[in-house]
Parts: sequence; C-alpha cells; structure tokens
Amino acid sequence: MALLEVKNLDVTLATSRGPARAVRNLSFDLDRGQTLGIVGESGCGKSMTALALLGLLPENGVTTGSINLDGQDLLTLNEDAMCGVRGNRISMIFQEPMTSLNPLHTIGRQVTEPMLIHQGMTRDQARDEAVRLLERVGIASAAQRLDSFPHQLSGGQRQRVMIAMALSCKPDVLIADEPTTALDVTIQGQILDLIADIVAEAGMALILISHDLGVIAETVDRVLVMYGGAGVETGPTASLFEHLAHPYTQGLFAAVPKLGSGGRRGQGARLATIPGLVPELVDLPTGCTFADRCNIADGQCAGTVPTVHDVAEDAGHRVACLKPDDAKRQFAPAEAGR
Amino acid sequence: MSVFLAKRFLTFVATLLGASIVVFLVLEILPGDPSMTLLGADADEEAYAALRLKLGLDDPAFVRYFEWMWGMFHGDFGVSYAYSVPVMELVWGSLGLTVPLAMFAMAITVVVALGLGVFAASRHNKPGDYVIMTISQLGIAVPNFWFGILLILFFAVNLGWFKAGGFIQWEDGIWLALKSLFLPAIALATVQAAILARTTRSAVLETFREDYVRTARAKGLTRSQTLWRHVLRNALIPVITVMGLQFANLLAGTIVIESVFSLPGLGKLVFQAIANRDMPVVKDIVLLLAGMVIVVNFIVDVTYAVIDPRLKVHDV
Repeated sequence: MALLEVKNLDVTLATSRGPARAVRNLSFDLDRGQTLGIVGESGCGKSMTALALLGLLPENGVTTGSINLDGQDLLTLNEDAMCGVRGNRISMIFQEPMTSLNPLHTIGRQVTEPMLIHQGMTRDQARDEAVRLLERVGIASAAQRLDSFPHQLSGGQRQRVMIAMALSCKPDVLIADEPTTALDVTIQGQILDLIADIVAEAGMALILISHDLGVIAETVDRVLVMYGGAGVETGPTASLFEHLAHPYTQGLFAAVPKLGSGGRRGQGARLATIPGLVPELVDLPTGCTFADRCNIADGQCAGTVPTVHDVAEDAGHRVACLKPDDAKRQFAPAEAGR
Repeated sequence: MSVFLAKRFLTFVATLLGASIVVFLVLEILPGDPSMTLLGADADEEAYAALRLKLGLDDPAFVRYFEWMWGMFHGDFGVSYAYSVPVMELVWGSLGLTVPLAMFAMAITVVVALGLGVFAASRHNKPGDYVIMTISQLGIAVPNFWFGILLILFFAVNLGWFKAGGFIQWEDGIWLALKSLFLPAIALATVQAAILARTTRSAVLETFREDYVRTARAKGLTRSQTLWRHVLRNALIPVITVMGLQFANLLAGTIVIESVFSLPGLGKLVFQAIANRDMPVVKDIVLLLAGMVIVVNFIVDVTYAVIDPRLKVHDV
C-alpha cells in the first residue's frame, strides 16, 4: 500500500454556466521518498488537485473518488479531522510568496503557528524549532528574522519562510504549487534545490506542480501530464521525456524554446504552438478532453473516454489516448530530424 | 517623530484656517440681520442702527473676519448676541453632553456593527447573512430623527422605561445621566451601525479571499481560528477608515437628535444660534466641530500605523 493513493478523483465546480469538471477521473500513487511532478497549462486542474488533497476547495466544489493517506480515506474525514491533517501530514507551498504570508504577523509567529496547533509545543520550544528551520532553509541570522515582518523580506526569502512553515511539522507529503514561478530566475534554482534536498533528507513524498518542463525534468522522478482536468500521460521522467506518447505532451514540448537545437534554422524559426485555445471547463468534450485541439483526433475521440495504453510497461509509463500508434508515428519523424 | 507632529500641526492649523474662511463666507451670504432678530420686526430704525454699530455689523467683512481671528488668537471667543455671555461659557456647558453622547453612540455603533458584520460574513449567503443584510438595509434607510421619535413613543410613552427627553446632569448620577443619553445614542447609532456592519462584512469577506488566509487554512487552522487570528485584524483597516468618517457624521447628527430629545447640547445650541442669527456662537461652534473632526482623523491615521507594520507613523 502506497503512502498516498488517489483513485478516480473527480472535482466538480458549480458555476453560473453549469457544472465544470475541474478534475476528472484522476488516479496516482505516491510513496515515501518519491517525487511526482504534475505538468499542464493554467486551468488544467493541477492546483485544483492539490487543493482537493488538502480539502480546501472553494465552496462550490464537490469531490468524489478517494484520497487514501496511509490507508485512510481523507474524503470521509470531517472538517476537524482534516484540520489535523493539513499542515501536519500534508503541507503545501504556494506560488505567490509575496501574498501568501500574513502582512501583519511576524515571521516567527507564522512559522511557529503549525507547531503550536499540531504538536502542542510551548511558545519557547516552537521558537527554538523555528530558528532551526529558518537556518535550514538558508535564512541568515534566523533568530533576528523571527521578529521581522514579511514586507521586510525579499521574494526568495519569503518563499524560504513558506518552506520552513510547510516543513515545521515534518509532513508525510509536501505539495509545492508552482513554488518558483513568481521568483527571479537566479533564485528559482536555489529554491528548487532546497526543496529537493529537504524532501530527500526527510524521506517525505513530494508533489511538484509546474507548467515549466525544465523545473520538472530537474526535480522529480515521475511526471503526470494533465489536460482539461484529466491525466493524459504518466511515467518516469526519463521515459516520458524520451517517448512523448500523447499528442498533448508532444505539443507541450514543441512549445518550449530550445537554444541552438535547430541550428541556424532555429534562430528565425517561429516557436511551435498548440493550435486553438484552452477550452473552458464547462465546454470540454465528454470523451478525450484534448480532442478539439489534437491533430490526430477523429470523429470518435471527442465522444469516447480514451483507453489507457502502456508505453513502457516495466517503467509504468502509460498514456490515455485512443490512437497511440498515430501519436507515436507523429513523434518519430520529429525525433529522426533532430 | 517631532517632525511628523510638527507637520501634522501645521496641517491642522491650515485646515482650521480654511474652515474659518468657509464658515465666515457662508454666514455672510446667509440672509437675515441679527439686529432685526434681536430687536424684533417692530423696533424703529434708530434702534437697529445703534445695535448694528454696537455689534460692529457695519464694518467691512474682512475687518470683522480679522477681528474674529484676532480675538480667537488671544483666547477671546466673542460674546453671544442672544445671551450676552461669552461663547466659551455656552460651549463648555454643552460639550459635557454632546461629547459623551457622540462617544456613546460611537461605542454602540462599533460593538453592534463589528458583531453583526463578522457574524454575517461567517454565514455568507446563508439565512443569518440575509437577515442581517436586510436589517442593515432598513437601518440605512431610516432617518434618525424619525427613528428617535419612534423610540420616544415606544420606550418612553408606551413602556415608560426612559424619560421622553431632557438630560440628567452628571452631578446627579453617572448612571442616570447615561440613561438619559441612551435613546438619543441609539437613534444616532442606528444608521452608522448599519453602514459599518456592511463595511465590516465586505471587508471580512474580501480578506477571506486573500492568499495568506489560504495559507493559514493549509497550516491546519480551523475556519474560526483563521477568522480571529488572520482575518479580523487585516479587515480592520477599511473599517477604521469608515469609522473615522462616521464620527464626523455623528457630530452633525447631534444637531437634529438633540432637538428631538430636547437635550441642551452643542447641537441644540448651534441650531438655536442659527435661528437667532447669533453669529459668534455659530462661527465658533462650527470651527470647533471642524477641529474635532481633524483630531479624529489624526487618531485614525495613527491607528493605521499601529495595526499595519508596513506603515510607519511618519508615512501617514
């Protein structure tokens, strides 16, 4: 039994235009020490998945399926019990370090808060632990920093504080939702390395959510590609980057600018894009969510839920597509041309 | 800090000076001759002329303005035309009623509005929220003098719990004095509490959507812990802004309410002074009210800096 088992997770949001399936039939497993990356465009359901794991969906959201943490289904827990899970067994780092800290509270108060609620520490114990945590995440003169306010810190430092806060109760699962998107490029690498080191050190499981394939490639063991709320392809990072079995994954990779990969031709060439726009969740086809924008889709794709095929069986690399062979053929010439 | 205070003091003086010019000009334009009001319509021309000379009403406007300012600068606030006593004496007597009345009404406003506003926000889009929002809509719509009359009819005439009007002096017992201010304070506070409750509700709801509130929930705080520890203090900033503005409204409201409840306060005094064309009293009281509003605004600004560490007092 894996540490975290998500099965047939569905999140439906009630909107003025009807129900929107923000996450559909999503399943994945995660064990201690494993790292999973979730990739996809904005609105593909990555963040909704994370919020569903914490039970923090907006009020109009309904979750079905199961989320088992150590064999216990979190969706059956009441609100009080979920408060005991959040920040204690599952922690989250958010995208926006500038706005994710309370501007009126000191750093010390915010970092000690989870330890005070979950671990029954005294204020002094929590303060000592907070100094240790802040030192671990690379905040200089940590003891003095406890009395600082968020506006006195840079974006990178605030994200380090967020990480310290998320780690304070030594959670089993750490969810990092676009943790570096709002940061300077020079800081991004440092923060990712810090997260990777800490996860490895404590043996916790990591879910890293990103739209940045570079970030994913460097940081995680396994990747889950999401489109329109559904998981379209999943596999070990190396295998996934090698095969690119789903037409959407192929499009996502083609859209990344590559330096010098096209030789002289690369310089003036236009960047590849996926045709069409991300459809609104209420308008998605009932079958394959990508059918509207897919270049190999035919009449049946939009109406039929795609079957799951093994790409590399031993590695657990799977793709949800009705025409995996066509997708493969489409990808192969591109590879030959490199 | 002292530079800050000096700057604020200069602003204070400049604002008062501006207010004094506006007050003076408005009273110049106001029709009605004080000598006529004082002597009645039947006196002969000579009596009018003599009185006008005595009061200096025939001097050019700027001379009278500078005499007023010069007098105030020396602590001489003038003499009432109608009562022939120094304005200071009249004002002091009535401040002891009006300031406690305004503070009493403000206290009711704050307690009721914060309570209802936070409660409505925590029951967002549920029956409790709808009920409070409907009541507050009514509260805003009701004119306070009319509501004051209703209160008198119900609590004083029908139930006999309170006196229908008049003020029991502080010397005769603090509780009795407070009791005589209770209905007027309620009448004054109703509209303000209704407005402030709505402001509080929307400020709390707005703050609940902030990223740091989501962070607090992700740490494992319950909804009510999040409300008390993270939302309220952040939501207070817009609420305090409105409170500052409301204090000015309360002072203006006393003019009507003190007449309804026949309370011998500043509002009643200025109301009668306007009717009597008792210019020195009107000018001084309006200026005093302006000064009180400026002081309250200063307190609001300092409160911002106390609540929000991002603001330093000298930024305000």
